[in-house]
Amino acid sequence: MSRHSPVLERHQIPWLIGVALCTTLPHAGFLPIWMTGLSALLLMTVAWQWHRGLAPLHKALKVLLVVVCTAGILFEYKTLLGRDAGIAMLVLFMALKQLELRTHRDATVVISLGYFLLLTHYFHAQDIPTGLWLILSTLLVTAALLKLQAAPTASPMSLLKTAGGLLLQALPLMLVLYLFFPRIPGPLWGLPQDAYTGRTGLSETMAPGNISELVNSPEIAFRAQFTGPPPTPQTRYWRGPVLDHYDGRAWQAGPTGREAAPVEHLGQALSYSLTMEAHKQHWLLALDMPARLPDNPELGARLDKNGTALSNRPLLNRQRYELQSFPSYRLDPEGKTVSLPRHLQLPQGYNPRTLELGRQWKSQGLTPEGTIQQALRMFREENFHYTLRPPLLGRNAMDDFLFSTRRGFCEHYASAFVVLMRAAGVPARVVTGYLGGEVNPVDGFMIIRQSDAHAWAEVWIKQKGWVRVDPTGAISPARIESSLASALPDEATLPYMELRWARQLQQRWEALNNQWNQWVLGYDQSRQQELLARLGFTDGNWRTLILLLGISTLVLLVGLSLWLFLPRTSKDPAWALWNKARKRLQTQGISAPDWESPMALVQRLETAAPHLVPAYRELARLVMTARYEANGPKMEALRHAYQQLPR
Amino acid sequence: MSQASSPKRQGWLSKLIPPHSAEPGVVRLGRRRIYILPNRSGLLFGITLILMLLGAINYQLALGHALVFLLASLGLISMLHAQRNLLGLEIQAQPGPSVHAGEPGSFRIQVSNPDGRPRSALEWQLERQAMPRRLDLQLKQDKGWVTLDMATHQRGWFAMPRLTLSSTYPLGWYRTWSHPWPHTRLLVYPAPSFTPLPPGGSFQGDSHAIVQEGHGDFSGLRERQPAETLRHVAWKAAAREQGQKPLLVKVFGEGRNEDLELAWTSTAGDDETRLSILTGWVLQAERQGLRYSLTLPSRTIPAASGAAHCQRCLQALALYPDNS
Repeated sequence: MSRHSPVLERHQIPWLIGVALCTTLPHAGFLPIWMTGLSALLLMTVAWQWHRGLAPLHKALKVLLVVVCTAGILFEYKTLLGRDAGIAMLVLFMALKQLELRTHRDATVVISLGYFLLLTHYFHAQDIPTGLWLILSTLLVTAALLKLQAAPTASPMSLLKTAGGLLLQALPLMLVLYLFFPRIPGPLWGLPQDAYTGRTGLSETMAPGNISELVNSPEIAFRAQFTGPPPTPQTRYWRGPVLDHYDGRAWQAGPTGREAAPVEHLGQALSYSLTMEAHKQHWLLALDMPARLPDNPELGARLDKNGTALSNRPLLNRQRYELQSFPSYRLDPEGKTVSLPRHLQLPQGYNPRTLELGRQWKSQGLTPEGTIQQALRMFREENFHYTLRPPLLGRNAMDDFLFSTRRGFCEHYASAFVVLMRAAGVPARVVTGYLGGEVNPVDGFMIIRQSDAHAWAEVWIKQKGWVRVDPTGAISPARIESSLASALPDEATLPYMELRWARQLQQRWEALNNQWNQWVLGYDQSRQQELLARLGFTDGNWRTLILLLGISTLVLLVGLSLWLFLPRTSKDPAWALWNKARKRLQTQGISAPDWESPMALVQRLETAAPHLVPAYRELARLVMTARYEANGPKMEALRHAYQQLPR
Repeated sequence: MSQASSPKRQGWLSKLIPPHSAEPGVVRLGRRRIYILPNRSGLLFGITLILMLLGAINYQLALGHALVFLLASLGLISMLHAQRNLLGLEIQAQPGPSVHAGEPGSFRIQVSNPDGRPRSALEWQLERQAMPRRLDLQLKQDKGWVTLDMATHQRGWFAMPRLTLSSTYPLGWYRTWSHPWPHTRLLVYPAPSFTPLPPGGSFQGDSHAIVQEGHGDFSGLRERQPAETLRHVAWKAAAREQGQKPLLVKVFGEGRNEDLELAWTSTAGDDETRLSILTGWVLQAERQGLRYSLTLPSRTIPAASGAAHCQRCLQALALYPDNS
């Protein structure tokens, strides 16, 4: 390779600055402020130098800048490796490289860096707007690449058009690659700690205020798609972690156990698929009570001894799985999972009045069912309120709630109920999860949001097993039958639930996002297998994929080459006429290849067939002027000349 | 670009690639004679793509996969476009004006583009010569030409070496090239060596001796000297040249006493030296507007003057001893 790469022309520089700008800009919000500032400063310097035609910076200064940047990254991230430090490095080097744009080789490096930086945008988001932005950026980077090759006279518009044409032609092939390229489940190497940033969701503890905080978030927790009709609103309990240890303030999850809880399924099964957003936890949030779990080996799903469906590793990506549940069931009627010390546990020295009340009920000799009714009647008949903004509670939180404030959210009711039950000697526990879900009329998916987070209670009754009791229903039946919005008094209308048209718009947008998630982002190894099965390859492996990929790539490339290389029937009527004339010559036994220009043909005729020359010369002249002159002859003149040709 | 057209790397390859001899007539670039290989920036792009794919797999970026696949497809289809950029061009070559050995000669390459598609960044280079020349054909532009220079060392016919036509259009990841070799040749005259003219020519600078009004027949033209009258200026010839060249005056036969005889035998030295001396004489005689004849061992050109005569003499000298 030669050491002399051609020197960049002045008019090519702005394109490269543009590449740097559009590939680093989306990172601005995610990088430390000094880095964003420095990159912006560097780009502005380069733009100024270009505008003024100034000499490049001194070499020593450039070296100093590189050293400063590297040191800055080291200081900021304590490493040069890893995801965030890597991105920072790419961004800064992209800006620094602009300082020494001299030859085509520098430009090639900038373009390659640019393409790589485009990929890193997906660490932040993979939604539809990001996708659109990236299409535009890819177009710009490709046009810049074209600018390096194309004639200096080519206008920016024509470059963008050519680049767009190339990208469009690449699209079918991209689809084939997307569908058939064997997907490898990641990660290939250890993900750094910073791979996933915090998200809201359920947790293994429930302190007062945890769930009411979640309820403010319209974020989608997961989506469900039922094969049959969806369950009634009263039975949309999505089962999450079961909490059975109370320390006076917060509820904690106990051990989940190796054995699955014994369940008797009753009635009709519901089949559905769930698309879970990455929540970094193990819970699969199946509808109460899961029967068949996904057999996806990667997920490693199992039922724990509390009846919650779990995966063996945290869900780090959005994941789709198939489930089956029975809304009617008996969970552990034999009481194998019941442990009195655990399910009657109460912290010493807390909530004396509540404990006293429970003991009182116990001494009345009530059955467990009677105790439940007693508690629910109390919530219903005394002056209890359901609110998102409960007053603060003191050390004896349950005493405060039950006997003085009487205003609370589902977590307060579930917690107070379970404490009362335990005090009355009935085994009980708190279950958290989601209640509700709304079917999006646009695509039929049921959407469950963080705002549907809920807590309820389970009480163990002999022969009936763990029975779900939702004390919130006693105080606010609307919460269970419809949604949170209808259950809350006006004071607490959630901001995102206000306008009807805004709601419809939101539903459409969410349906679109869902399609995007399901088909674009959710396309993984298992979906690929599904596609293969649908195409008739039931035991498809990577060999099948490679074969399919090879064949379809070949077909597409051959198709594209045919389209590109085959002489197209000219849309130019003058030329079409000339082709007809050529064909006639060929029938008369005179060769007339398509690549020969009309004038060359006529010249050849002078020796080959002199008697044909005058007529053909006239036609050739007209055809050429029609093709290449702005005000060419009329088609009638051409047709006339054509008719004059000897037969 | 030139990074890919380094003669060292292309050397063994281009020796394998046909054509191995010049082709008569118009050379049309068909699919079979267009070659394509990824170049340095293509390799850089490939490495970038692999790194991007690894990143996309590791972080499970669905759109990352899509981007990588889009760029990979772009890489594949740009190969077709690179080939299409050269396909169907018709190439002819003509020799430039004849030159003397040692002077830079040139060939004029005519490119026709029958289907009028735009062709970009065509780089033309004569084999073993530096400095490629670039040509871009716009949409509907069906003809274009480039002039390629090369050094000459020897008198005689100089056959045009093989051409290398290459391009990295559209995205610079591939170099497509072809070796059209239209047959043409340039006549290279011997290098002149300027020694005084042999005796015999009467014109020694006294202009009045030859510029005599109304005497004899018109015998030729020569450059006008500053002090001469304007009456004999060849205005028609001046008009043809549009004032680009010095004025010429008509020379009349009677102004000359005797023709100048430039003979092989009046020179000394080896053949090439003699040819150089004769060339120098022809040029001087012509410049002075003399009538001169040229006598070579194999051939004699009778006395005359004028550009055509001069060319004839120079051609004979260039091709000596083969004067067929």
